[in-house]
Amino acid sequence: MSQETSTDRKTALHQRHVDLGARMVSFAGWNMPIQYTGILAEHRAVRTAAGLFDLGHMGQVSVTGPDALTFLQWTTTNDVSKLEAGEAQYALLPNESGGVVDDIIVYRQPEGEDGYMVVVNASNRERDVAWWQELRGRRSKLDVEVRDISHKLGMIAIQGPVAETITSRLTAFDPLSLDYFTWKRVKVAGVTTMIARTGYTGEDGFEFYADDAEIATIWDALLWEGGRDGLVPVGLGARDTLRLEARMPLYGQELGDDISPYEAGVGWAVKLDAKEFIGRDKMAEVKAAKPARRTVGFTTVGRSAAPRTHYPLFVDGKEIGQVTSGAWSPTLEKNIGLALIDREYAGVGKPLQVEVRGKLVDAVQVKTPFYKRDNG
Amino acid sequence: MASPKDLKYTKTHEWVRLDGETAVLGLTDTAQTELGDITYLELPDAGESVSAGEPFGVVESVKAASDMYSPIDGEVVERNDDAIEAPELINQSPYEKAWLVKVKLADPSQLDSLMSNSAYDEFAEEQAG
Repeated sequence: MSQETSTDRKTALHQRHVDLGARMVSFAGWNMPIQYTGILAEHRAVRTAAGLFDLGHMGQVSVTGPDALTFLQWTTTNDVSKLEAGEAQYALLPNESGGVVDDIIVYRQPEGEDGYMVVVNASNRERDVAWWQELRGRRSKLDVEVRDISHKLGMIAIQGPVAETITSRLTAFDPLSLDYFTWKRVKVAGVTTMIARTGYTGEDGFEFYADDAEIATIWDALLWEGGRDGLVPVGLGARDTLRLEARMPLYGQELGDDISPYEAGVGWAVKLDAKEFIGRDKMAEVKAAKPARRTVGFTTVGRSAAPRTHYPLFVDGKEIGQVTSGAWSPTLEKNIGLALIDREYAGVGKPLQVEVRGKLVDAVQVKTPFYKRDNG
Repeated sequence: MASPKDLKYTKTHEWVRLDGETAVLGLTDTAQTELGDITYLELPDAGESVSAGEPFGVVESVKAASDMYSPIDGEVVERNDDAIEAPELINQSPYEKAWLVKVKLADPSQLDSLMSNSAYDEFAEEQAG
């Protein structure tokens, strides 16, 4: 993240962020709020009340046509055939060498509508679409259309223990009737929107997809309705600490072109036996031979500066891997991190040392997620 | 907010208060605002020496860690353990409760090259652009 640059795109909610006094930064080609009042307060609001996120930078790709399922089965790692109408699943967009181009959510359109919508990371949107187009070209007989529909769609999320209470006041629809990882077309604050029970914080909550021209109506209504319940707008800073506590991977840190899903700890989203797909044989090889590295969670012992991405890790003076994500956890009030390390050193309770700003700091591997909500 | 008049300032956003032969060092309000919520602080112990232009400690917010630079040479005579225990003091009270270290000055004239409050406020405003 860096200072604002003039070429950055703005979401439909940009002026609202500025009016709320947000600190804006450049992120993946977008001018986005990193914080409004402060990362700690925003983080804690999501854990104890609720937070509202502008996710207008995220990408959405529509996959339609009679062969949409066949195409998605071939170009994603999860078993898309398991999705009923209105259901969603986490999956990976694989490359041919057993690594990952992006992590995605595949939504099957609700009853009576054809096709799928795939939500992708802002930083990967262009190369994801290019990769799908290339793969589409290799299977020219398939009747499928892949379209980037990001420019038409606004996306926001409300997350936290009172997210449901707030949302229910703005719609005749009962948000709790929505199962986890399903979505539905409803009216919220008078606006037609897709509402999904998904998120990236470790809390219960909802994500909304609506026309870019109308998303602000939902944002304003939620913020107005939720103020008395402690709802606050939340920037990208707290979004990162929230997802890390919940041990949700971030592309470019836990996931990458040269990291196997089995190393990243998302092997559960790879269905080797269900179907043939891009990179399947390479992934199968890694799984059969057992991956050389594993992603582990750790906390530091005593006080120190926080471990950060790319900091090296040691056991008995030997470098055994690197931190993928690290931060001071507002909920646990200590340093936490995820690291990709040589498999033989991985195991809950096993010690590590992490080099933080030139000093070796003792750390111990712990179970993840670092944070799990009570009723989760 | 205008910086206190009785302090001197550095371009790396530390402040210095001269107290006889001793200099008190801290971080400016501009610095704490820019850093955001401060979660960790590392300071030298009494008896350790600091050198002008060299790091004397580390301050970390949720976002990132930064070095703090001493504008003077000298020996630390006291450090603020309250600020180490509760680093958020820097956010709450950068000029009062969250002083960082007291340094016995080797050369008091080193303070002459530092900025006045008005020069610093102008500098900070320019930097914020």
